[in-house]
Amino acid sequence: MTARDLIPIAVLTILAALLPLVVTSSPVLNFLVFMLIVALGAQGWNILGGFGGQFSFGHAAFFGTGAYVTAILQLRYGVNAWAGLVLATAAGGVVGWAIGFLSFRSGLRGSYFALVTLAFAEVFRILANAASFTGGAAGLLIKLDVRAANLQFDDRAVFYWLVLAFVAAVLLLTRWIQRSRFGAQLVAVRENEDAAKALGVDSLKVKLRAIALSGAVTALSGCLYAQYFLYIDANIAYGSWISVELLLAPIIGGVGTVFGPVVGALTLHGLGEVAKQFAGRIPGIDLIVFGGVLVLAVAFARGGILGLLERLRDRGRGIMARGPKEVSHAGR
Amino acid sequence: MLAVDGVSKRFGGLMAVDSATLSLQPGGIIGLIGPNGAGKTTLFSMISGFIAPTDGRIRFEGTDITAEEPHRRAERGIGRTFQIVQPFAGLTVCENIAVGAYLRHAKRAEATAKAREVARRVGLGSELDRPAGGLTVAGRKRLELARALATEPKLLLLDEVLAGLNPSEIRDIIPVIRGIRDEGVTILMIEHVMQAVMNLCERVYVLAQGRMIAEGPPTVVCADTRVIEAYLGHGAAARLKAEGAAHG
Repeated sequence: MTARDLIPIAVLTILAALLPLVVTSSPVLNFLVFMLIVALGAQGWNILGGFGGQFSFGHAAFFGTGAYVTAILQLRYGVNAWAGLVLATAAGGVVGWAIGFLSFRSGLRGSYFALVTLAFAEVFRILANAASFTGGAAGLLIKLDVRAANLQFDDRAVFYWLVLAFVAAVLLLTRWIQRSRFGAQLVAVRENEDAAKALGVDSLKVKLRAIALSGAVTALSGCLYAQYFLYIDANIAYGSWISVELLLAPIIGGVGTVFGPVVGALTLHGLGEVAKQFAGRIPGIDLIVFGGVLVLAVAFARGGILGLLERLRDRGRGIMARGPKEVSHAGR
Repeated sequence: MLAVDGVSKRFGGLMAVDSATLSLQPGGIIGLIGPNGAGKTTLFSMISGFIAPTDGRIRFEGTDITAEEPHRRAERGIGRTFQIVQPFAGLTVCENIAVGAYLRHAKRAEATAKAREVARRVGLGSELDRPAGGLTVAGRKRLELARALATEPKLLLLDEVLAGLNPSEIRDIIPVIRGIRDEGVTILMIEHVMQAVMNLCERVYVLAQGRMIAEGPPTVVCADTRVIEAYLGHGAAARLKAEGAAHG
Protein backbone atom coordinates (compact mmCIF):
# COMPACT_ATOMS: atom_id res chain seq x y z
CA MET A 1 0.00 0.00 0.00
CA THR A 2 1.25 3.45 -0.85
CA ALA A 3 0.71 6.78 0.93
CA ARG A 4 -1.96 7.61 -1.64
CA ASP A 5 -3.90 4.57 -0.52
CA LEU A 6 -3.71 5.48 3.14
CA ILE A 7 -4.19 9.26 3.21
CA PRO A 8 -7.95 9.28 2.48
CA ILE A 9 -8.54 6.75 5.26
CA ALA A 10 -6.42 8.75 7.70
CA VAL A 11 -8.08 12.07 6.85
CA LEU A 12 -11.58 10.66 7.12
CA THR A 13 -10.84 8.94 10.43
CA ILE A 14 -9.31 12.07 11.97
CA LEU A 15 -12.25 14.22 10.84
CA ALA A 16 -14.73 11.71 12.23
CA ALA A 17 -12.76 11.50 15.47
CA LEU A 18 -13.05 15.26 15.98
CA LEU A 19 -16.85 15.11 15.72
CA PRO A 20 -17.65 14.40 19.42
CA LEU A 21 -15.67 17.49 20.37
CA VAL A 22 -18.18 19.58 18.43
CA VAL A 23 -21.36 17.56 18.92
CA THR A 24 -22.17 16.67 22.49
CA SER A 25 -25.88 15.90 22.30
CA SER A 26 -26.51 12.28 23.24
CA PRO A 27 -29.19 11.50 20.64
CA VAL A 28 -26.76 12.57 17.92
CA LEU A 29 -23.93 10.52 19.43
CA ASN A 30 -26.31 7.59 19.80
CA PHE A 31 -27.16 7.92 16.15
CA LEU A 32 -23.49 8.11 15.16
CA VAL A 33 -22.54 5.05 17.20
CA PHE A 34 -25.40 3.00 15.77
CA MET A 35 -24.57 4.19 12.27
CA LEU A 36 -20.92 3.20 12.68
CA ILE A 37 -21.88 -0.24 14.03
CA VAL A 38 -24.02 -0.80 10.92
CA ALA A 39 -21.18 0.54 8.75
CA LEU A 40 -18.76 -1.92 10.35
CA GLY A 41 -21.09 -4.85 9.75
CA ALA A 42 -21.65 -3.65 6.19
CA GLN A 43 -17.89 -3.54 5.66
CA GLY A 44 -17.91 -7.21 6.59
CA TRP A 45 -20.65 -7.91 4.05
CA ASN A 46 -18.72 -5.95 1.42
CA ILE A 47 -15.64 -8.19 1.68
CA LEU A 48 -17.68 -11.22 0.61
CA GLY A 49 -20.47 -9.58 -1.40
CA GLY A 50 -18.64 -6.61 -2.88
CA PHE A 51 -15.22 -8.02 -3.64
CA GLY A 52 -16.19 -11.69 -3.90
CA GLY A 53 -19.54 -11.20 -5.63
CA GLN A 54 -21.18 -13.70 -3.26
CA PHE A 55 -24.35 -11.89 -2.18
CA SER A 56 -25.41 -12.95 1.28
CA PHE A 57 -28.95 -12.26 2.46
CA GLY A 58 -28.17 -13.64 5.89
CA HIS A 59 -25.34 -11.69 7.44
CA ALA A 60 -27.49 -11.60 10.57
CA ALA A 61 -26.05 -15.07 11.15
CA PHE A 62 -22.67 -13.45 11.88
CA PHE A 63 -23.99 -10.29 13.53
CA GLY A 64 -26.07 -12.37 15.93
CA THR A 65 -23.26 -14.82 16.60
CA GLY A 66 -20.99 -11.95 17.61
CA ALA A 67 -23.67 -10.49 19.89
CA TYR A 68 -24.65 -13.78 21.51
CA VAL A 69 -21.12 -15.11 21.96
CA THR A 70 -19.95 -12.07 23.91
CA ALA A 71 -23.18 -11.86 25.94
CA ILE A 72 -23.20 -15.55 26.85
CA LEU A 73 -19.48 -15.62 27.67
CA GLN A 74 -19.89 -12.68 30.04
CA LEU A 75 -23.14 -13.81 31.66
CA ARG A 76 -22.66 -17.55 31.96
CA TYR A 77 -18.89 -17.89 32.18
CA GLY A 78 -17.81 -14.56 33.64
CA VAL A 79 -15.42 -13.91 30.77
CA ASN A 80 -14.05 -10.38 30.50
CA ALA A 81 -15.85 -8.24 27.90
CA TRP A 82 -12.66 -7.47 25.94
CA ALA A 83 -11.83 -11.17 25.75
CA GLY A 84 -15.46 -11.71 24.77
CA LEU A 85 -14.99 -9.27 21.92
CA VAL A 86 -12.00 -11.19 20.59
CA LEU A 87 -13.73 -14.55 20.96
CA ALA A 88 -16.95 -13.25 19.38
CA THR A 89 -14.98 -12.03 16.37
CA ALA A 90 -13.24 -15.38 16.08
CA ALA A 91 -16.57 -17.19 16.40
CA GLY A 92 -17.93 -15.12 13.50
CA GLY A 93 -14.97 -16.24 11.40
CA VAL A 94 -15.55 -19.88 12.27
CA VAL A 95 -19.29 -19.70 11.55
CA GLY A 96 -18.51 -17.93 8.28
CA TRP A 97 -16.04 -20.58 7.27
CA ALA A 98 -18.49 -23.36 8.16
CA ILE A 99 -21.40 -21.84 6.21
CA GLY A 100 -19.03 -21.19 3.33
CA PHE A 101 -17.67 -24.71 3.41
CA LEU A 102 -21.17 -26.20 3.28
CA SER A 103 -22.45 -23.94 0.52
CA PHE A 104 -19.40 -23.23 -1.68
CA ARG A 105 -18.20 -26.81 -1.69
CA SER A 106 -21.51 -27.87 -3.16
CA GLY A 107 -21.09 -25.18 -5.81
CA LEU A 108 -23.86 -22.81 -4.70
CA ARG A 109 -23.72 -19.46 -6.47
CA GLY A 110 -25.85 -16.40 -7.03
CA SER A 111 -29.39 -16.54 -5.77
CA TYR A 112 -28.96 -20.07 -4.41
CA PHE A 113 -26.16 -18.92 -2.14
CA ALA A 114 -28.23 -15.90 -1.10
CA LEU A 115 -31.17 -18.13 -0.13
CA VAL A 116 -28.99 -20.56 1.80
CA THR A 117 -27.45 -17.75 3.86
CA LEU A 118 -30.93 -16.41 4.56
CA ALA A 119 -31.95 -19.88 5.72
CA PHE A 120 -28.94 -20.16 8.04
CA ALA A 121 -29.75 -16.81 9.65
CA GLU A 122 -33.38 -17.83 10.15
CA VAL A 123 -32.39 -21.17 11.68
CA PHE A 124 -30.09 -19.37 14.11
CA ARG A 125 -32.85 -16.91 14.97
CA ILE A 126 -35.35 -19.68 15.72
CA LEU A 127 -32.82 -21.67 17.75
CA ALA A 128 -31.75 -18.62 19.76
CA ASN A 129 -35.38 -17.80 20.36
CA ALA A 130 -36.15 -21.29 21.63
CA ALA A 131 -33.11 -22.35 23.65
CA SER A 132 -32.89 -21.40 27.32
CA PHE A 133 -29.09 -21.21 26.96
CA THR A 134 -29.53 -18.06 24.84
CA GLY A 135 -32.19 -16.61 27.12
CA GLY A 136 -35.01 -17.67 24.82
CA ALA A 137 -37.52 -15.06 23.77
CA ALA A 138 -36.70 -12.92 26.80
CA GLY A 139 -33.24 -12.27 25.42
CA LEU A 140 -30.07 -11.51 27.34
CA LEU A 141 -29.26 -8.50 29.46
CA ILE A 142 -25.57 -7.71 29.91
CA LYS A 143 -25.03 -6.47 33.45
CA LEU A 144 -24.59 -2.72 33.66
CA ASP A 145 -21.22 -2.13 35.26
CA VAL A 146 -19.65 0.97 33.78
CA ARG A 147 -15.92 0.37 33.74
CA ALA A 148 -13.48 0.52 30.85
CA ALA A 149 -12.37 -3.01 31.77
CA ASN A 150 -15.95 -4.12 31.08
CA LEU A 151 -16.06 -2.34 27.72
CA GLN A 152 -18.66 0.05 29.13
CA PHE A 153 -18.05 3.79 29.27
CA ASP A 154 -20.04 6.54 30.90
CA ASP A 155 -19.08 8.88 28.06
CA ARG A 156 -20.74 7.95 24.77
CA ALA A 157 -17.92 9.64 22.89
CA VAL A 158 -15.46 6.99 24.09
CA PHE A 159 -17.57 4.22 22.66
CA TYR A 160 -17.88 6.23 19.47
CA TRP A 161 -14.09 6.45 19.20
CA LEU A 162 -13.77 2.74 19.87
CA VAL A 163 -16.20 1.81 17.09
CA LEU A 164 -14.56 4.38 14.82
CA ALA A 165 -11.18 2.78 15.46
CA PHE A 166 -12.56 -0.59 14.35
CA VAL A 167 -14.18 0.95 11.27
CA ALA A 168 -10.84 2.57 10.38
CA ALA A 169 -9.01 -0.72 10.94
CA VAL A 170 -11.41 -2.49 8.58
CA LEU A 171 -10.99 0.33 6.03
CA LEU A 172 -7.27 -0.45 6.14
CA LEU A 173 -7.96 -4.18 5.90
CA THR A 174 -10.22 -3.60 2.89
CA ARG A 175 -7.60 -1.40 1.24
CA TRP A 176 -5.04 -4.11 1.81
CA ILE A 177 -7.36 -6.70 0.27
CA GLN A 178 -7.86 -4.42 -2.74
CA ARG A 179 -4.10 -4.22 -3.26
CA SER A 180 -3.18 -7.83 -2.55
CA ARG A 181 -3.02 -11.08 -4.44
CA PHE A 182 -5.91 -12.38 -2.34
CA GLY A 183 -8.04 -9.41 -3.42
CA ALA A 184 -7.14 -9.80 -7.09
CA GLN A 185 -8.09 -13.47 -6.96
CA LEU A 186 -11.30 -12.71 -5.08
CA VAL A 187 -12.37 -10.15 -7.68
CA ALA A 188 -11.41 -12.58 -10.45
CA VAL A 189 -13.71 -15.19 -8.91
CA ARG A 190 -16.48 -12.58 -8.79
CA GLU A 191 -16.01 -11.62 -12.43
CA ASN A 192 -15.64 -15.12 -13.87
CA GLU A 193 -15.01 -18.16 -11.73
CA ASP A 194 -14.03 -20.53 -14.55
CA ALA A 195 -11.54 -18.10 -16.03
CA ALA A 196 -10.08 -17.59 -12.57
CA LYS A 197 -9.65 -21.34 -12.07
CA ALA A 198 -7.90 -21.65 -15.42
CA LEU A 199 -5.41 -19.05 -14.19
CA GLY A 200 -4.58 -21.13 -11.14
CA VAL A 201 -6.95 -19.52 -8.62
CA ASP A 202 -8.17 -21.96 -5.99
CA SER A 203 -11.66 -20.49 -6.00
CA LEU A 204 -12.97 -22.53 -3.06
CA LYS A 205 -10.08 -21.48 -0.84
CA VAL A 206 -10.38 -17.83 -1.86
CA LYS A 207 -14.12 -17.77 -1.17
CA LEU A 208 -13.68 -19.50 2.18
CA ARG A 209 -11.08 -16.95 3.27
CA ALA A 210 -13.43 -14.17 2.19
CA ILE A 211 -16.46 -15.49 4.04
CA ALA A 212 -14.41 -16.16 7.19
CA LEU A 213 -13.06 -12.59 7.16
CA SER A 214 -16.50 -11.25 6.35
CA GLY A 215 -18.11 -13.23 9.17
CA ALA A 216 -15.48 -12.09 11.66
CA VAL A 217 -15.90 -8.39 10.85
CA THR A 218 -19.70 -8.59 10.97
CA ALA A 219 -19.55 -10.56 14.24
CA LEU A 220 -17.38 -7.79 15.66
CA SER A 221 -20.08 -5.28 14.81
CA GLY A 222 -22.71 -7.51 16.46
CA CYS A 223 -20.56 -7.75 19.56
CA LEU A 224 -20.22 -3.96 19.72
CA TYR A 225 -23.98 -3.64 19.31
CA ALA A 226 -24.58 -5.93 22.30
CA GLN A 227 -21.97 -4.06 24.29
CA TYR A 228 -23.46 -0.66 23.52
CA PHE A 229 -27.15 -1.41 24.08
CA LEU A 230 -26.47 -4.13 26.70
CA TYR A 231 -29.52 -6.07 25.58
CA ILE A 232 -30.13 -8.52 22.73
CA ASP A 233 -32.82 -10.98 21.79
CA ALA A 234 -33.13 -13.31 18.82
CA ASN A 235 -35.16 -10.90 16.71
CA ILE A 236 -32.60 -8.15 17.17
CA ALA A 237 -29.41 -10.16 16.84
CA TYR A 238 -30.48 -12.66 14.20
CA GLY A 239 -33.35 -10.66 12.71
CA SER A 240 -33.60 -10.16 8.97
CA TRP A 241 -33.59 -6.37 9.52
CA ILE A 242 -29.84 -6.46 10.10
CA SER A 243 -29.20 -8.73 7.08
CA VAL A 244 -31.01 -6.16 4.96
CA GLU A 245 -29.21 -3.16 6.49
CA LEU A 246 -25.81 -4.80 6.00
CA LEU A 247 -26.39 -5.40 2.31
CA LEU A 248 -28.23 -2.14 1.61
CA ALA A 249 -25.42 0.08 2.88
CA PRO A 250 -22.72 -1.21 0.47
CA ILE A 251 -25.16 -1.33 -2.46
CA ILE A 252 -26.19 2.28 -1.86
CA GLY A 253 -22.67 3.49 -1.11
CA GLY A 254 -20.74 1.55 -3.74
CA VAL A 255 -20.38 -2.19 -3.78
CA GLY A 256 -16.83 -3.54 -3.83
CA THR A 257 -15.27 -0.21 -2.89
CA VAL A 258 -13.34 0.63 0.26
CA PHE A 259 -15.56 3.49 1.44
CA GLY A 260 -18.88 2.30 -0.02
CA PRO A 261 -20.31 0.65 3.11
CA VAL A 262 -19.52 3.67 5.31
CA VAL A 263 -20.94 6.16 2.81
CA GLY A 264 -24.02 3.98 2.35
CA ALA A 265 -24.66 3.54 6.07
CA LEU A 266 -24.28 7.27 6.65
CA THR A 267 -26.64 8.12 3.78
CA LEU A 268 -29.29 5.59 4.72
CA HIS A 269 -29.35 6.38 8.40
CA GLY A 270 -28.97 10.07 7.84
CA LEU A 271 -31.99 10.13 5.53
CA GLY A 272 -33.87 7.76 7.86
CA GLU A 273 -33.32 10.12 10.79
CA VAL A 274 -34.38 13.15 8.78
CA ALA A 275 -37.54 11.34 7.72
CA LYS A 276 -38.26 10.45 11.35
CA GLN A 277 -37.86 14.09 12.35
CA PHE A 278 -40.36 15.25 9.77
CA ALA A 279 -42.84 12.38 9.87
CA GLY A 280 -42.08 10.67 13.15
CA ARG A 281 -45.69 9.70 13.68
CA ILE A 282 -45.73 7.39 10.67
CA PRO A 283 -44.26 4.10 11.89
CA GLY A 284 -41.56 2.65 9.65
CA ILE A 285 -41.07 5.89 7.71
CA ASP A 286 -37.29 5.32 7.74
CA LEU A 287 -37.80 1.92 6.10
CA ILE A 288 -39.86 3.56 3.37
CA VAL A 289 -36.97 5.95 2.82
CA PHE A 290 -34.53 3.01 2.65
CA GLY A 291 -36.72 1.43 -0.02
CA GLY A 292 -36.90 4.63 -2.03
CA VAL A 293 -33.14 5.17 -1.85
CA LEU A 294 -32.54 1.58 -2.95
CA VAL A 295 -34.80 1.99 -5.96
CA LEU A 296 -33.02 5.21 -6.92
CA ALA A 297 -29.59 3.64 -6.46
CA VAL A 298 -30.42 0.58 -8.54
CA ALA A 299 -32.10 2.62 -11.28
CA PHE A 300 -29.69 5.53 -11.58
CA ALA A 301 -26.46 4.72 -9.78
CA ARG A 302 -25.33 1.16 -10.45
CA GLY A 303 -22.03 1.67 -8.70
CA GLY A 304 -23.73 3.32 -5.74
CA ILE A 305 -23.04 6.85 -4.59
CA LEU A 306 -19.28 6.47 -5.06
CA GLY A 307 -19.77 5.11 -8.57
CA LEU A 308 -22.03 8.05 -9.39
CA LEU A 309 -19.50 10.55 -8.05
CA GLU A 310 -16.77 8.94 -10.12
CA ARG A 311 -18.86 9.15 -13.28
CA LEU A 312 -19.67 12.80 -12.61
CA ARG A 313 -16.00 13.52 -12.04
CA ASP A 314 -15.00 11.79 -15.27
CA ARG A 315 -17.65 13.71 -17.13
CA GLY A 316 -16.44 16.95 -15.53
CA ARG A 317 -12.91 16.18 -16.62
CA GLY A 318 -14.13 15.35 -20.10
CA ILE A 319 -15.82 18.75 -20.34
CA MET A 320 -12.67 20.50 -19.17
CA ALA A 321 -10.58 18.62 -21.69
CA ARG A 322 -12.88 19.34 -24.60
CA GLY A 323 -13.36 22.98 -23.76
CA PRO A 324 -16.56 24.91 -23.12
CA LYS A 325 -17.78 24.85 -26.75
CA GLU A 326 -18.75 21.20 -26.65
CA VAL A 327 -20.32 21.21 -23.22
CA SER A 328 -23.80 21.10 -24.67
CA HIS A 329 -22.99 17.82 -26.41
CA ALA A 330 -21.61 16.23 -23.27
CA GLY A 331 -24.80 17.03 -21.44
CA ARG A 332 -26.82 14.75 -23.65
CA MET B 1 5.15 -34.19 -21.52
CA LEU B 2 1.41 -34.70 -21.95
CA ALA B 3 -0.09 -38.13 -22.42
CA VAL B 4 -3.82 -38.51 -22.99
CA ASP B 5 -4.55 -42.19 -22.87
CA GLY B 6 -7.86 -43.60 -24.10
CA VAL B 7 -9.89 -40.72 -22.69
CA SER B 8 -13.68 -40.76 -23.16
CA LYS B 9 -16.47 -38.45 -22.18
CA ARG B 10 -20.12 -39.42 -22.32
CA PHE B 11 -22.90 -36.84 -21.98
CA GLY B 12 -25.99 -38.98 -21.50
CA GLY B 13 -26.42 -40.86 -24.77
CA LEU B 14 -23.80 -38.81 -26.59
CA MET B 15 -20.22 -40.00 -26.76
CA ALA B 16 -18.53 -36.59 -27.06
CA VAL B 17 -15.02 -38.01 -26.93
CA ASP B 18 -14.45 -41.69 -27.57
CA SER B 19 -11.16 -43.15 -26.26
CA ALA B 20 -8.96 -40.41 -27.67
CA THR B 21 -5.24 -40.82 -27.35
CA LEU B 22 -2.70 -38.07 -27.80
CA SER B 23 0.87 -37.59 -26.75
CA LEU B 24 3.02 -34.49 -26.82
CA GLN B 25 6.78 -34.09 -26.57
CA PRO B 26 8.11 -30.82 -25.14
CA GLY B 27 8.45 -28.01 -27.68
CA GLY B 28 6.63 -27.23 -30.88
CA ILE B 29 3.13 -26.33 -31.95
CA ILE B 30 0.67 -29.16 -32.37
CA GLY B 31 -2.74 -28.68 -33.94
CA LEU B 32 -6.02 -30.30 -33.00
CA ILE B 33 -8.48 -30.04 -35.88
CA GLY B 34 -11.78 -31.58 -36.80
CA PRO B 35 -15.28 -30.67 -37.93
CA ASN B 36 -17.71 -28.83 -35.65
CA GLY B 37 -18.94 -30.95 -32.79
CA ALA B 38 -16.04 -33.37 -33.03
CA GLY B 39 -15.28 -33.03 -29.31
CA LYS B 40 -12.17 -30.85 -29.51
CA THR B 41 -13.20 -28.39 -26.82
CA THR B 42 -14.44 -31.23 -24.60
CA LEU B 43 -11.01 -32.85 -24.91
CA PHE B 44 -9.38 -29.51 -23.97
CA SER B 45 -11.66 -29.20 -20.98
CA MET B 46 -10.62 -32.64 -19.81
CA ILE B 47 -6.92 -31.84 -20.20
CA SER B 48 -7.33 -28.59 -18.26
CA GLY B 49 -9.52 -30.18 -15.59
CA PHE B 50 -12.89 -28.52 -16.14
CA ILE B 51 -14.60 -31.76 -17.17
CA ALA B 52 -13.87 -35.13 -15.59
CA PRO B 53 -13.43 -37.91 -18.16
CA THR B 54 -15.78 -40.89 -18.02
CA ASP B 55 -12.87 -43.14 -18.83
CA GLY B 56 -9.13 -43.02 -19.50
CA ARG B 57 -6.11 -41.33 -17.94
CA ILE B 58 -4.29 -38.05 -18.42
CA ARG B 59 -0.65 -37.69 -17.41
CA PHE B 60 1.42 -34.53 -17.35
CA GLU B 61 5.19 -34.82 -17.01
CA GLY B 62 4.78 -38.35 -15.75
CA THR B 63 2.20 -37.55 -13.04
CA ASP B 64 -1.37 -38.76 -13.27
CA ILE B 65 -3.52 -35.61 -13.17
CA THR B 66 -6.83 -37.16 -14.24
CA ALA B 67 -8.60 -36.20 -11.02
CA GLU B 68 -6.88 -32.90 -10.30
CA GLU B 69 -8.64 -29.55 -10.01
CA PRO B 70 -8.09 -26.94 -12.77
CA HIS B 71 -6.12 -24.62 -10.50
CA ARG B 72 -3.70 -27.40 -9.54
CA ARG B 73 -3.08 -28.11 -13.22
CA ALA B 74 -2.43 -24.42 -13.81
CA GLU B 75 0.15 -24.56 -11.02
CA ARG B 76 1.79 -27.52 -12.73
CA GLY B 77 2.07 -25.45 -15.89
CA ILE B 78 -0.99 -26.11 -18.02
CA GLY B 79 -2.45 -22.86 -19.31
CA ARG B 80 -5.59 -22.55 -21.41
CA THR B 81 -7.64 -20.00 -23.27
CA PHE B 82 -11.39 -20.21 -23.77
CA GLN B 83 -13.05 -20.45 -27.17
CA ILE B 84 -15.76 -18.12 -25.88
CA VAL B 85 -13.58 -15.38 -24.42
CA GLN B 86 -13.99 -14.93 -20.68
CA PRO B 87 -12.53 -11.55 -19.72
CA PHE B 88 -12.94 -10.18 -16.21
CA ALA B 89 -15.06 -7.45 -17.75
CA GLY B 90 -15.06 -5.11 -14.76
CA LEU B 91 -11.26 -5.00 -14.56
CA THR B 92 -8.68 -3.24 -16.69
CA VAL B 93 -6.51 -5.14 -19.16
CA CYS B 94 -3.56 -4.92 -16.79
CA GLU B 95 -5.58 -6.22 -13.82
CA ASN B 96 -6.88 -9.08 -15.96
CA ILE B 97 -3.40 -10.23 -16.88
CA ALA B 98 -2.14 -9.68 -13.33
CA VAL B 99 -4.56 -12.35 -12.05
CA GLY B 100 -2.60 -14.82 -14.14
CA ALA B 101 0.74 -13.36 -13.09
CA TYR B 102 -0.15 -13.67 -9.39
CA LEU B 103 0.09 -17.45 -9.78
CA ARG B 104 3.89 -17.26 -9.66
CA HIS B 105 4.40 -13.75 -8.22
CA ALA B 106 2.84 -13.07 -4.83
CA LYS B 107 3.85 -9.39 -4.71
CA ARG B 108 1.65 -6.82 -6.40
CA ALA B 109 4.57 -4.92 -7.93
CA GLU B 110 6.06 -8.07 -9.43
CA ALA B 111 2.73 -9.34 -10.74
CA THR B 112 1.96 -5.97 -12.33
CA ALA B 113 5.41 -5.79 -13.91
CA LYS B 114 4.92 -9.29 -15.31
CA ALA B 115 1.48 -8.34 -16.60
CA ARG B 116 2.88 -5.29 -18.40
CA GLU B 117 5.64 -7.34 -19.98
CA VAL B 118 3.19 -9.98 -21.22
CA ALA B 119 0.81 -7.30 -22.50
CA ARG B 120 3.56 -5.77 -24.58
CA ARG B 121 4.46 -9.16 -26.01
CA VAL B 122 0.95 -9.84 -27.29
CA GLY B 123 0.46 -6.29 -28.52
CA LEU B 124 -1.76 -4.96 -25.74
CA GLY B 125 0.87 -2.58 -24.39
CA SER B 126 -1.14 0.52 -25.24
CA GLU B 127 -4.42 -0.80 -23.79
CA LEU B 128 -3.22 -1.57 -20.27
CA ASP B 129 -5.57 0.78 -18.43
CA ARG B 130 -8.64 0.22 -20.57
CA PRO B 131 -11.53 -1.78 -19.13
CA ALA B 132 -11.42 -5.29 -20.59
CA GLY B 133 -15.13 -5.08 -21.42
CA GLY B 134 -14.36 -2.34 -23.95
CA LEU B 135 -11.88 -4.31 -26.06
CA THR B 136 -12.57 -5.38 -29.65
CA VAL B 137 -12.88 -9.09 -30.49
CA ALA B 138 -9.24 -9.18 -31.57
CA GLY B 139 -8.27 -7.41 -28.36
CA ARG B 140 -10.17 -9.91 -26.23
CA LYS B 141 -8.47 -12.81 -27.99
CA ARG B 142 -5.11 -11.25 -27.26
CA LEU B 143 -6.18 -10.76 -23.67
CA GLU B 144 -7.09 -14.45 -23.35
CA LEU B 145 -3.66 -15.29 -24.66
CA ALA B 146 -1.94 -12.79 -22.38
CA ARG B 147 -3.66 -14.02 -19.23
CA ALA B 148 -2.78 -17.63 -19.94
CA LEU B 149 0.77 -16.62 -20.78
CA ALA B 150 1.13 -14.69 -17.54
CA THR B 151 0.78 -17.94 -15.58
CA GLU B 152 4.10 -18.95 -17.22
CA PRO B 153 2.81 -22.26 -18.56
CA LYS B 154 4.89 -25.12 -19.92
CA LEU B 155 1.95 -26.31 -22.00
CA LEU B 156 -0.46 -23.82 -23.52
CA LEU B 157 -3.86 -24.95 -24.79
CA LEU B 158 -5.23 -22.45 -27.31
CA ASP B 159 -8.91 -22.89 -28.15
CA GLU B 160 -9.59 -21.08 -31.44
CA VAL B 161 -7.67 -17.93 -30.66
CA LEU B 162 -7.89 -16.94 -34.34
CA ALA B 163 -11.63 -17.45 -34.83
CA GLY B 164 -13.51 -14.23 -35.51
CA LEU B 165 -10.40 -12.32 -36.53
CA ASN B 166 -9.94 -10.80 -39.97
CA PRO B 167 -7.00 -11.85 -42.18
CA SER B 168 -4.82 -8.91 -41.19
CA GLU B 169 -5.45 -9.52 -37.50
CA ILE B 170 -4.54 -13.17 -38.02
CA ARG B 171 -1.34 -12.10 -39.77
CA ASP B 172 -0.50 -9.96 -36.75
CA ILE B 173 -1.04 -12.64 -34.16
CA ILE B 174 0.73 -15.57 -35.85
CA PRO B 175 4.22 -14.23 -35.08
CA VAL B 176 3.14 -13.80 -31.45
CA ILE B 177 2.23 -17.48 -31.21
CA ARG B 178 5.50 -18.43 -32.89
CA GLY B 179 7.36 -16.26 -30.41
CA ILE B 180 5.76 -18.12 -27.51
CA ARG B 181 6.86 -21.42 -28.98
CA ASP B 182 10.39 -20.12 -29.47
CA GLU B 183 10.60 -19.46 -25.75
CA GLY B 184 10.09 -23.14 -25.12
CA VAL B 185 6.36 -23.30 -24.42
CA THR B 186 4.65 -26.32 -25.94
CA ILE B 187 1.43 -25.31 -27.69
CA LEU B 188 -1.59 -27.43 -28.45
CA MET B 189 -4.08 -25.46 -30.52
CA ILE B 190 -7.60 -26.05 -31.72
CA GLU B 191 -7.99 -24.15 -34.95
CA HIS B 192 -10.35 -23.90 -37.88
CA VAL B 193 -8.32 -21.37 -39.83
CA MET B 194 -6.46 -23.91 -42.00
CA GLN B 195 -4.03 -21.37 -43.40
CA ALA B 196 -2.80 -20.81 -39.87
CA VAL B 197 -2.68 -24.52 -39.07
CA MET B 198 -0.55 -25.16 -42.16
CA ASN B 199 1.61 -22.23 -41.27
CA LEU B 200 2.18 -22.92 -37.60
CA CYS B 201 1.76 -26.57 -36.73
CA GLU B 202 4.45 -29.18 -37.02
CA ARG B 203 1.96 -31.94 -36.41
CA VAL B 204 -1.81 -32.17 -36.22
CA TYR B 205 -4.31 -34.51 -34.64
CA VAL B 206 -7.70 -34.90 -36.29
CA LEU B 207 -10.74 -35.58 -34.16
CA ALA B 208 -14.06 -36.53 -35.79
CA GLN B 209 -17.19 -37.61 -33.93
CA GLY B 210 -15.15 -38.05 -30.78
CA ARG B 211 -12.54 -40.32 -32.32
CA MET B 212 -8.96 -39.56 -33.19
CA ILE B 213 -8.89 -40.45 -36.90
CA ALA B 214 -5.51 -39.21 -38.08
CA GLU B 215 -2.22 -37.78 -36.91
CA GLY B 216 0.81 -36.42 -38.69
CA PRO B 217 2.28 -33.40 -40.51
CA PRO B 218 -0.49 -31.05 -41.72
CA THR B 219 0.14 -31.56 -45.46
CA VAL B 220 -0.07 -35.34 -45.11
CA VAL B 221 -3.14 -35.25 -42.86
CA CYS B 222 -5.06 -32.92 -45.17
CA ALA B 223 -4.64 -35.36 -48.05
CA ASP B 224 -5.84 -38.26 -45.91
CA THR B 225 -9.04 -39.81 -47.27
CA ARG B 226 -10.60 -40.26 -43.81
CA VAL B 227 -9.97 -36.62 -42.94
CA ILE B 228 -11.52 -35.30 -46.15
CA GLU B 229 -14.54 -37.53 -45.65
CA ALA B 230 -14.90 -36.41 -42.03
CA TYR B 231 -15.19 -32.82 -43.21
CA LEU B 232 -17.05 -33.22 -46.48
CA GLY B 233 -19.02 -36.43 -46.10
CA HIS B 234 -18.74 -40.02 -47.22
CA GLY B 235 -17.42 -40.45 -50.73
CA ALA B 236 -16.14 -36.89 -50.94
CA ALA B 237 -12.51 -37.95 -51.31
CA ALA B 238 -13.28 -40.09 -54.32
CA ARG B 239 -15.42 -37.34 -55.86
CA LEU B 240 -12.71 -34.75 -55.36
CA LYS B 241 -10.18 -37.03 -56.97
CA ALA B 242 -12.45 -37.66 -59.96
CA GLU B 243 -13.13 -33.92 -60.36
CA GLY B 244 -9.45 -33.16 -60.04
CA ALA B 245 -8.72 -35.67 -62.79
CA ALA B 246 -11.45 -34.21 -65.02
CA HIS B 247 -10.15 -30.67 -64.65
CA GLY B 248 -6.55 -31.76 -64.99
